[in-house]
Amino acid sequence: METVPIIPAPEAKIIIEDLNLFYGKKQVLKKINLAIPENKVTAIIGPSGCGKSSLIRTLNRLNDLIPEARVEGKVILDGENIYDPDVDPVVLRKKVGLVFQKPNPFPKSIFDNIAYGLRFGNHKKSEEIQAIVERSLKQAALWDEVKDCLHQSALRLSGGQQQRLCLARALAVEPEIILFDEPCSAIDPIATAKVEELIHQLKKDYTVIIVTHNMQQAARVADFTAFLWLGELIEFDRTEKIFTNPKNKLTEDYITGRFG
Amino acid sequence: MASIKKKGPLQNLKENIIQHIFQLSGFLAVIILLSILALLLSTAVPAFKEINLKEFFTSTRWDPTSPEKPEYGVLSLLVSTLFVTAGALILAFPVGLAVAAYLSEVASPKIREILKPVIELLAAIPSVVIGFIGLNLVGPAIARIFKLSNGLNALNGSLLLAIMALPTIISLSEDALSAVPFSYVEASLSLGANRFETLIWVKIPAAISGIVASFMLGMGRAIGETMTVLMATGNARAFPHGFLQSVRTITADIAIELGEVPYYTTHYYALFALGLMLFIMTFLVNLVADIILEKQKRMLS
Repeated sequence: METVPIIPAPEAKIIIEDLNLFYGKKQVLKKINLAIPENKVTAIIGPSGCGKSSLIRTLNRLNDLIPEARVEGKVILDGENIYDPDVDPVVLRKKVGLVFQKPNPFPKSIFDNIAYGLRFGNHKKSEEIQAIVERSLKQAALWDEVKDCLHQSALRLSGGQQQRLCLARALAVEPEIILFDEPCSAIDPIATAKVEELIHQLKKDYTVIIVTHNMQQAARVADFTAFLWLGELIEFDRTEKIFTNPKNKLTEDYITGRFG
Repeated sequence: MASIKKKGPLQNLKENIIQHIFQLSGFLAVIILLSILALLLSTAVPAFKEINLKEFFTSTRWDPTSPEKPEYGVLSLLVSTLFVTAGALILAFPVGLAVAAYLSEVASPKIREILKPVIELLAAIPSVVIGFIGLNLVGPAIARIFKLSNGLNALNGSLLLAIMALPTIISLSEDALSAVPFSYVEASLSLGANRFETLIWVKIPAAISGIVASFMLGMGRAIGETMTVLMATGNARAFPHGFLQSVRTITADIAIELGEVPYYTTHYYALFALGLMLFIMTFLVNLVADIILEKQKRMLS
């Protein structure tokens, strides 16, 4: 189906054009066209297996790791197609950070987890690294809880703390876009509230895209919402529009809980 | 309705017996291990009725068949063993780790499926065959490269033992690297690391206990190896000063002398003392490897 562009191109950070994604013979994403606005939170909702996670993994080319994955179409980030053959995915991923569904800190100390991404590329002095670690942990609202045990193993933190640590780790490399892949599905409601609050603050400086199967969460945090169903983009609009007055029958059925 | 109480006393007895049979076979390995230790101990201890313990551990002269004054200094043999073993591991470890990294990171699944069993097959080559290769192939090559009269020396033994330790090191290191959760790799790449940086800074540190354990088990094999070093190292009972000297390891010495020694003499007992020493060395190496592996299991769970 045709989607009317909601975001005029100049305000878009990412423009996805006719994006198809295949895993082997199976087509996971079908002709996605989507413009993601800069400095806003965009939620991607839809039932399990609809291609939400696959979609955001095409945005930092993490699908490259899967040998049978094949991408067609364009993903234009700041005017450059990230699937051009001369794009270095390593450089791209510094610009597009990802926070995963399950907290996945490295089995290293809290400090080393945050400093990890700073190792690569231009070398920084140790005072600089310390300043960045502190700043990132403050941005992720974790500083006060861990400032006295920075050299303790990150695996000893609680699930919610680990997830904020992963966010801090992603922020430390100063990306422009942060992708969240169901960041709250493995943590408790209080930790979830903290993460949502953080996402809210992040949009000042970053373009945020969050995949969630939790519609209330999308309604709470997102400015724009995209509804994906069986690999197709059904509807994309301002969040309040999607939740109060969806154009498409499928969207309405989904948000009112008639399926999924 | 059928009663659920069907178990008769006979059935309980049967289950009991079966349970005990399994228990016994489980403990059998322990029993055998302890028996060997007891045998070694009881045969080794009488040696020290005539040999001074201090001389045994500090003298470099091992000459039990001397008609005037038999000497039982184990130091040359011990140092030779450590020389050959250490040399083997210095050679095997970087190669083994590199191959393991290649298998887990770079090789396609198809290549890995072929390569890994072939590498593991390398462990199945009889040590006498490897010794033969050392005698006829590696030896002359070393002699030519270093301009020596012959190539039967510690370096030759180290090279061959390295080849023999490789399958263990490669196979176990690869297992350890492949067991590192994929989520670590994804996280690392998402932070802008490339695959090599991910290997060095995330995968190897996360797999380090398995890698160290593979190293230890490889070492266990190298310390205990007899036939290969007997054939390839030249059998000189001198204190080794370099890798290009002929040496004789503990294992080689036992193999050579035990066939001809008169029973129940000091020399005979002394050879068992050597065996006990080897046993303790390999036992310690394996114990350390086991402890490290156990630690790895707990860390990743």
